[in-house]
Amino acid sequence: MSESTRVNGAAPVPVTLTMKDFKSDQEVRWCPGCGDYAILAAVQGFLPELGIAREKIVFLSGIGCSSRFPYYLNTYGMHSIHGRAPAIATGLSVTRPDLSVWVITGDGDALSIGGNHLIHALRRNVNLKILLFNNQIYGLTKGQYSPTSEAGKITKSTPAGSADAPFNPVSLALGAEASFVARTIDSDRRHLQSVLRAAAAHPGSALVEIYQNCNIFNDGAFEPLKDADTRDDFLLRLEHGRPLVFGAEGQWCVARTAGGFGLEVRPTEAVAEADIVVHDTGIADPSYAFALSRLPRPDLRHTPVGVFRDVPRPTYDDTVRQQVAEARIPVTSTPRQQLTALLHAGDTWTLT
Amino acid sequence: MTQVSDISGEPATGARRAAKPVARLERVIIRFAGDSGDGMQLTGDRFTSETAQLGNDISTLPNFPAEIRAPAGTLPGVSSFQVHFAEYDILTPGDKPDVLVAMNPAALKANIDDLEPGATIIVNTDEFTPRNLKKVGYAANPLEDGSLGSYHVHGAALASMTIDALAVHEVSKKDAERAKNMFALGLLSWMYSRPYESTLRFLERKFAKRPDLVTANIAAFKAGWNFGETTESFSVRYEVAPAPLPAGTYRNITGNAALALGLVAASVQSELPLFLGAYPITPASDILHALSRHKDLGVVTMQAEDEIAAVGAAVGAAYGGALGVTTTSGPGVALKGETISLALMLELPLVIVDVQRAGPSTGLPTKTEQADLHMALFGRHGEAPVAVIAPRSPADCFDAAIEACRIALTHRTPVILLSDNYVANGSEPWRLPEVADLPDLRVAFATEPNGPDGTFLPYLRDPVTLARPWAVPGTPGLEHRIGGLEKADKTGAISYDPANHDHMVRTRAARIEAIRVPDVEVADPGAAARVLVLGWGSTYGPIGAACRRLRQGGHAVAQAHLRHLAPLPGNLGDVLRRYDKVVVPEMNLGQLSTVIRARYLVDTVPYHQVRGLPFTAAELETALLEVVADV
Repeated sequence: MSESTRVNGAAPVPVTLTMKDFKSDQEVRWCPGCGDYAILAAVQGFLPELGIAREKIVFLSGIGCSSRFPYYLNTYGMHSIHGRAPAIATGLSVTRPDLSVWVITGDGDALSIGGNHLIHALRRNVNLKILLFNNQIYGLTKGQYSPTSEAGKITKSTPAGSADAPFNPVSLALGAEASFVARTIDSDRRHLQSVLRAAAAHPGSALVEIYQNCNIFNDGAFEPLKDADTRDDFLLRLEHGRPLVFGAEGQWCVARTAGGFGLEVRPTEAVAEADIVVHDTGIADPSYAFALSRLPRPDLRHTPVGVFRDVPRPTYDDTVRQQVAEARIPVTSTPRQQLTALLHAGDTWTLT
Repeated sequence: MTQVSDISGEPATGARRAAKPVARLERVIIRFAGDSGDGMQLTGDRFTSETAQLGNDISTLPNFPAEIRAPAGTLPGVSSFQVHFAEYDILTPGDKPDVLVAMNPAALKANIDDLEPGATIIVNTDEFTPRNLKKVGYAANPLEDGSLGSYHVHGAALASMTIDALAVHEVSKKDAERAKNMFALGLLSWMYSRPYESTLRFLERKFAKRPDLVTANIAAFKAGWNFGETTESFSVRYEVAPAPLPAGTYRNITGNAALALGLVAASVQSELPLFLGAYPITPASDILHALSRHKDLGVVTMQAEDEIAAVGAAVGAAYGGALGVTTTSGPGVALKGETISLALMLELPLVIVDVQRAGPSTGLPTKTEQADLHMALFGRHGEAPVAVIAPRSPADCFDAAIEACRIALTHRTPVILLSDNYVANGSEPWRLPEVADLPDLRVAFATEPNGPDGTFLPYLRDPVTLARPWAVPGTPGLEHRIGGLEKADKTGAISYDPANHDHMVRTRAARIEAIRVPDVEVADPGAAARVLVLGWGSTYGPIGAACRRLRQGGHAVAQAHLRHLAPLPGNLGDVLRRYDKVVVPEMNLGQLSTVIRARYLVDTVPYHQVRGLPFTAAELETALLEVVADV
């Protein structure tokens, strides 16, 4: 097991487990055809790779279809309340450095009711792996538009079309200065697992957006990214150290905007090779990754998938624990002796 | 008569005179009042500390505006600190000050109505300018128009005398002027023969990084002391003898400080790390501040992004096996409601401290009230019973915090601790407990499967406490999933079965009723009373003082005070039915009364006040007398 898959700095314990070990005895109850099944299978298939004992893994979720996820994994798990899983996970992570803590959330859970907790977990860089299932719709409440639904979306609650502009979860996470941000797709197990691997190896917060199909209320939302005829032209696969060239014929590339701040997609033939951007996940300034996150068109053309950003940053957990550890260094007395001294601190007087 | 001299090491200002006579008083109530920026809380706090060391019994009442700096010299900007000290045990900060220190016209105007004729007023004459007088609506200078004729008024140019006294030191005029509160403290310390060494040490600590301010403040203090000694305005000084309190080591403590120490003690006694999730809110923030300084004992404090995250993080920590606590005030509890319900569904230990303030909404954030009782008992969705307890005095916050943790840990339930602004910021002498005498709060985590064939049943209950196992992540073989969805009995699996839900709802209620709480005690000297006064929380002092007055006047009256609001003590119904009348004074519109009537079918005589201030003993005495005389 590599150094990078250590849990919160705890020494790794070699454990040999299989996908079967991570299946719980609960009947899975998502709608037939839901993208969540594929994600569940990918995660169950990936977890043995961590080399971590099941009891050291915790999945916490909020509310929504995706948030039923913990029930189906044979690890420790908590299905909590709407939007609050990152906050609950923070309390667990900071007090239990020996655990691998994962948060399962959806677009409504993470970005609407729980938006505050998500951005604060990311800015603190709590050691959490946050898997955000984005299906661009409210599924469990039967089909209202979500904070990632496209503008003008017609749903039960927006018969005249949504007046909201959507969040781009990757842009949002980068705006909160998340130290690890990635995007993947439910149907591409190999890609999904490669992203999970990178997220697990990252010390600190990892936000993984997973495009997930809701075949009941928003079917085919990401179809152009999956269809064999279109996907190669639509998907920009991010690989660290590789030039950002994509398209079935490699006909597109990413270059810096002339005189502007950001990045743009241009025909490869029109760009000198030296001017094609080489992907680097380790750029400290989040502006590069943010510019990447702004490339997709409304029709999903130029959608980057893969790791946008993976930079080292002190984690909240480590900093808090270090403060405690440093405060305890000079302490030689027992806790009860310390408590006695604490009670007697300040101005006291004795009556006989 | 004792010979006293001026403060050693400094020549007295002005000509030396013979030491003044000393008169003995049984008790004194002093109120320091000034502008928000005048340092009245600090002044009162120091005077209290000096007084505590003398062995007097003490009770204090800070009263300050919500604004950090309201417009200078205005009535809304007045901040005050009342200290009551006596040679016998006292229960309240006192009703009517014997001495008012008024640093400006606004302080005089805001407080004069609370004084009885004959009271002493010390005013800072520097501030009694036409502009300042006009600002608070004085048509004429009350120091000159005879309107204060029934009081003993001592005018002193506190600010200019302080500036003069500091002229030889290298401090700016602004810093010198700001030290006038120490001049006032020095004067009052002289008047009441307080030992001042601790104040000098305090000033050295407080301004350790500004030696010039240490010098300035100490010089101002000494100037004030020596002014008392030398000026002809004060012909006598006073002493209040130590109170005959039980033997032991004491310190003066506020409720918030005691509560923080109680939580630390519970952490030590349970051998669990204390995790506090909190969002700043008046008047609870001091608990966060205090606990954030105890990292040496393994305490982790998290200033969360909001109230919901604060309690959520505490639940997460509790899930992982820590002592999870969140501290807040009423508006915060409203926000935390959903998470408290989750914790009770998960059946995890959690302590929620509500330092109540006057509501609803932002209300009067620096004033006191006990109007969150119904929210604590009933303010959640569904059938959501939790344990509720309340401290009765500042020092009692220590014991109440330990009791809250005991119930939470033993019974795996959220516990709401209802403190309030009065006990949180008020102070009294606290006899320090022996750590060896504190309860053992250690818990046993689940370590082994408890079901058939090596399975783990996360909702298999202890037959006595009805608590489920506390199986923390990291325990091999006990992997399980919990959540807010209704659970099947024993297995904890998701269940939509109607009979199971009915069973689980009733079981969650039974869990709370199964908490063992001590019987309520009744103070009924002579056992002749026909009227019982029932209170809860911070009204203990005023009710006790009122009952004492009634008894001194020859009336029999019984007093009972509730620490446990949920579950209620087992003997409470019997106690209530023993009396012809049950009076329930509350700083709300009758919330405990409603509970008592509904639960025991015993009528009550409610007595309410929601002025943001604690009851005075006098008003309670009057109200109780009406009932006592009527039976």
